[in-house]
Amino acid sequence: MATLRKDAALAEFSANPAIASLLAWKPAAVEDALWDRNELTLTIARDDIREAAKAVQASGYNFLEDVTAVDWYPSEPRFQVTYHILSHSLKQRIRLRVSVPSDDPVIDSITSVWPSANFYEREVFDLFGVRFAGHPNLRRIMMPDEWEGHPLRKDYPVEGYR
Amino acid sequence: MTEFVSTGSLLEPHVVEGSGDTTMVLNMGPQHPSTHGVLRLVIEIDGETILKVVPDIGYLHTGIEKTCEAKFYQQVVPLTDRIDYLSPMSNNLCYCLAVEKLLELEIPERAQWMRVLLNELTRLNSHLVWLGTHAMDIGALTVFLYTFREREEILRIFEHISGQRMMTSYFRVGGLALDPPYDFFDRVQALIKILPEKIDQYQNLLTGNPIWINRLKGVGYLSGPDAIALGVTGPPLRASGVDWDLRRDMPYSSYEKFQFKVPISTDCDVWARYIVRLEEMRESVNICQQALDGMPEGPIKADSPKVVLPDREKMKTQMESLIYHFKIVTEGFTVPAGEVYQAIESPRGEMGYYIVSDGTAKPYRVHMRNPSFATLQALQTMCEGRLLADVVAVIGSIDIVLGEIDR
Repeated sequence: MATLRKDAALAEFSANPAIASLLAWKPAAVEDALWDRNELTLTIARDDIREAAKAVQASGYNFLEDVTAVDWYPSEPRFQVTYHILSHSLKQRIRLRVSVPSDDPVIDSITSVWPSANFYEREVFDLFGVRFAGHPNLRRIMMPDEWEGHPLRKDYPVEGYR
Repeated sequence: MTEFVSTGSLLEPHVVEGSGDTTMVLNMGPQHPSTHGVLRLVIEIDGETILKVVPDIGYLHTGIEKTCEAKFYQQVVPLTDRIDYLSPMSNNLCYCLAVEKLLELEIPERAQWMRVLLNELTRLNSHLVWLGTHAMDIGALTVFLYTFREREEILRIFEHISGQRMMTSYFRVGGLALDPPYDFFDRVQALIKILPEKIDQYQNLLTGNPIWINRLKGVGYLSGPDAIALGVTGPPLRASGVDWDLRRDMPYSSYEKFQFKVPISTDCDVWARYIVRLEEMRESVNICQQALDGMPEGPIKADSPKVVLPDREKMKTQMESLIYHFKIVTEGFTVPAGEVYQAIESPRGEMGYYIVSDGTAKPYRVHMRNPSFATLQALQTMCEGRLLADVVAVIGSIDIVLGEIDR
């Protein structure tokens, strides 16, 4: 199937339990949708991510696979936090995407929805400098505690600072 | 924004209510022989009972994800080997599948079947090392010598096919590096013919052994819902009674053409993980046999001259092939913009590659979702309230590789 943009994707997958549950809860939370290469991506408003995660979980997507980020430096909003969520019963995967601006890189933690987000959010904080409000133990995980800078940011040199 | 970050020591001793005794904070690792690499655990104990386990990782962080962003797509393949020294082929496969998904490339059937065969050999290799070291951690030294004997033959087969024992880098975006050598299939056939008997042998050495039973049964309990909440995948998840295997449930690389059972257990303990992995080895042998029997003939590389390097022979005789070769090697190949997530069932669980392309010849972002990283979070749940000696059994049972945790 070809690439489908926002409204076309939402219309095509209106029966998808995650989309149905998100739209029933708060249609404004779903800012964008994309169907590309057989993968479904929903862009969620930053303030709604925790509740959106709960709605997606309640609709049958029971397993959080991954939380990571992409740095779109120098464009704004700079960071994109990506969640991959799997449904064991539907045998489907959904991707949630949240844009985070660089002047206030804070997003709600979803550790209260999926405890497994703990290490992933620490990793994103460590390597990108995106902070997760409400995380129980937000400290560096890969780099030493006293390390300066966030290595996976695009303005951080590959060889490090010399 | 310091309010988000806590610093200082990971754990502090405190006074136990009632007795007035103080708990003890013990440091295990990073150079402890049974932590399988540079894992540091900070453990708070009351007598010999564990109250809290805090893993401290990152000793092996080499910034592979950052390095990937500076390489051409084809140059990333050798980096993926180095994430996990026990399952290089799984990492190769997952990366190649993700890039092929971005390119929307069709892979010839023979290449897909070869990938399945080599991945199952990798699973056998990984499980043999796991069984040997797990048994050694618990004190059964003999098993290690037996499992490494068979593992050596798998490594020789890998060397035969790719020129390398461990860091194989044999898969390419679009297919395989080379046609397998002429006696490759005979060697694999000879190996998998003896393996079921050898697995019986390991089982005879361990399963009835009263020390082994006492050290494993009932230890490291992890319920199914807890395993899902904590992101556990692979054999530990199936040993907790969750019937989920990506090879069967979301097939990739022609796995849907193979018949195999997915062993599960509802015991949820270290023993269950031992049984599940042993059964998985038998199923892997079964899949290898099916791959050998039904191996299709045909090309091993996709017909896509802009992505796949041409044959040596063509390069020397056809101008076009020479130009493509020159362009791929010097400029790489461009990949259409987009993002994909590809997951496979690696020996340790769900391995996923998340690749973002901005339309150039270098990946904009490569992220690896590694099974050990998530599984490590379940350590606290599995160890709490148990004895200190059980930590070693639990770590052995989740089969961690620190290279893939730290990346």
